[in-house]
Amino acid sequence: MAQNTQPRRWNVARLTRLIWLPGLCLVLAACHLDMYQQPKGYPNDPSTFFPDGRLNRPPVPNTVAIGQFQSDPHFLQGTLADGSPATELPPNVKLDDRLLAYGRTRYEAFCMPCHGLVGDGQGIIAQRGPLTVPSLHQERLRTAPVGYFYGVITNGVGRMYGLASRVPPEDRWAIVAYVRALQLSQNASIDDVPPDQRGLIESGR
Amino acid sequence: MTFRPTSAGLSSLEGKYMSAQIFKPQANGIFKIVPLIIALVAAGVVLALVGIDESPYITEVGVAKNQPVPFSHKHHVGELKIDCRYCHATVEKVAYAGYPATETCMSCHSQVWTNSPLLEPVRDSYVTGEPIAWNKIYELPDFVYFNHSIHVNKGVGCSTCHGRVDEMHLLAKNQPLYMGWCLDCHRNPEQYVRPQDQVFNMEWQPTANQAAEGARLVAEYHIRKEQLTNCYICHR
Ligand code: HEC
Ligand code: HEC
Ligand code: HEC
Ligand code: HEC
Ligand code: HEC
Ligand code: HEC
Repeated sequence: MAQNTQPRRWNVARLTRLIWLPGLCLVLAACHLDMYQQPKGYPNDPSTFFPDGRLNRPPVPNTVAIGQFQSDPHFLQGTLADGSPATELPPNVKLDDRLLAYGRTRYEAFCMPCHGLVGDGQGIIAQRGPLTVPSLHQERLRTAPVGYFYGVITNGVGRMYGLASRVPPEDRWAIVAYVRALQLSQNASIDDVPPDQRGLIESGR
Repeated sequence: MTFRPTSAGLSSLEGKYMSAQIFKPQANGIFKIVPLIIALVAAGVVLALVGIDESPYITEVGVAKNQPVPFSHKHHVGELKIDCRYCHATVEKVAYAGYPATETCMSCHSQVWTNSPLLEPVRDSYVTGEPIAWNKIYELPDFVYFNHSIHVNKGVGCSTCHGRVDEMHLLAKNQPLYMGWCLDCHRNPEQYVRPQDQVFNMEWQPTANQAAEGARLVAEYHIRKEQLTNCYICHR
């Protein structure tokens, strides 16, 4: 560093000239929030546009959404052409172990709290409260056609509310298939088990 | 840069120049200390701002919000063991988990605890059709795209992101949803993914061999790790 003969002069005037510097830094800091809250709507947002204050629009009565019209009463209502409950699964629902496994997850999410793990009507809500839930293993229900169960899930029955708004049609059929499997399982005898697997049950596993 | 008159100068020039000097000898010290103080104060202000920004006051982590109905997940999920999907039915199928309709509450509360004063707003809502306005707890900025279904279907459990919901009476945020947090998992999903049937299990914990198990699941679910950190995945 070179020898300084003239001492550097720091004085107040010099310092005050720098006073705008921090101010300039503040100008650099932007604080726009318009990207954080964009003028667009998300499901469940409130709305100032619609009089009832919600953005989710309930379907207009007696209309069907575009692309959702299906003229298949078997698949959508579980009924045959004459309006009686269907006795078979609809042709586009294939009965296999994947359908049953999927139906089980649906059953345990949507029915188990009331109907219990095996459908005996002893779900935790039924155990706690004044709500009594019938067993799915009564004779009348074991012989009821599959379309009847589909109808119960869709529209409810008596004190039970329908689940149509939460469970789409293909899931309802999966539940129906699983309920049927539960009914069979609760009334099974050793003759229903393939001979080569009977040993497993008899050995207590 | 120090400026210190020599002792010789002092004796000979004393009286003539000293009084004209602007700075007294202690100015040297002051000039060393003042910038230090300014730097310390500035650092303190920055630290305090960061602290406020990370405090629950801003991030809302752990701060339960008041709700129009004191709905308790601990009651309904922890004790009654109701599945998340009973109320957040769309979580596996679309981007939004959504809030339960009043009808969903009423499927039970038309029968159980029908006289509870706490449930008055629910019954009113059912009669009038006026929705219950829940206060949102988790909210991303609008420039971030998020989708529940992809996560839930690829073995990312609710509790990984929302914490032990089943232990909260009133729900509170479990973490602040920073970008770094999303990226931490998107870089290495192995550390978090779980078997598909455990997604809704609140008690699931990674086991000792999560590294191997996670890598197997990432391959099984075909998780495209290499593209998960691209900006357009979340900012689209
Ligand atoms: C909130 C509790 C609750 C839930 C959840 C529930 N049910 Fe029910 N269910 C009931 C009650 C209560 C009844 C008796 C209704 C009555 O007779 O008043 C019933 C009756 C039934 C019946 C018998 C109908 C008859 O003819 O006797 C079937 C079948 C049935 N439920 C199926 C289901 C299926 C499948 C699910 C899941 C998708 C389900 N329920 C979910 C409470 C529930
Ligand atoms: C009986 C119905 C019900 C069940 C079952 C349920 N929830 Fe909720 N959940 C709600 C309601 C009502 C709210 C809104 C009020 C609140 O935030 O507490 C909510 C809010 C939430 C929120 C906060 C949403 C926000 O505002 O950002 C999360 C996260 C959540 N639930 C996760 C879960 C998880 C995970 C499960 C399963 C372990 C679950 N819920 C089960 C009814 C339910
Ligand atoms: C599957 C049945 C079921 C559903 C669905 C359900 N609840 Fe409950 N809820 C119960 C039961 C059972 C109790 C009583 C808990 C107990 O016995 O300890 C309860 C208790 C409550 C209480 C406490 C009442 C009091 O006076 O202490 C509130 C508040 C409540 N529920 C709100 C809700 C809301 C809001 C919803 C809809 C998001 C909802 N519940 C959905 C079964 C249900
Ligand atoms: C990968 C992390 C992640 C997982 C896993 C996750 N969530 Fe979320 N959840 C979020 C984020 C982020 C938000 C905020 C979304 C927004 O603001 O757009 C959110 C919001 C919610 C909400 C508020 C309503 C909504 O749809 O915005 C509910 C309810 C909810 N989650 C429930 C659940 C349930 C139930 C599960 C498990 C099946 C789950 N979440 C799994 C990250 C997650
Ligand atoms: C615990 C792990 C985890 C966390 C936390 C997480 N993600 Fe993901 N995310 C995943 C996995 C796994 C996938 C599936 C990737 C695939 O299938 O290739 C995914 C996929 C996505 C996708 C869809 C990608 C596509 O290909 O379309 C988006 C968008 C996304 N995540 C956004 C977010 C955001 C935003 C956050 C933070 C709020 C977040 N994620 C937090 C694990 C996570
Ligand atoms: C896994 C999802 C994800 C990916 C991938 C991602 N981001 Fe983000 N980003 C987020 C989330 C979530 C936030 C909101 C954070 C918050 O609210 O603090 C965010 C916020 C931001 C912000 C705003 C920060 C602020 O506070 O204003 C910028 C800028 C940004 N991201 C840039 C990028 C860039 C550049 C990339 C690519 C290198 C990228 N992001 C990739 C999830 C993501």
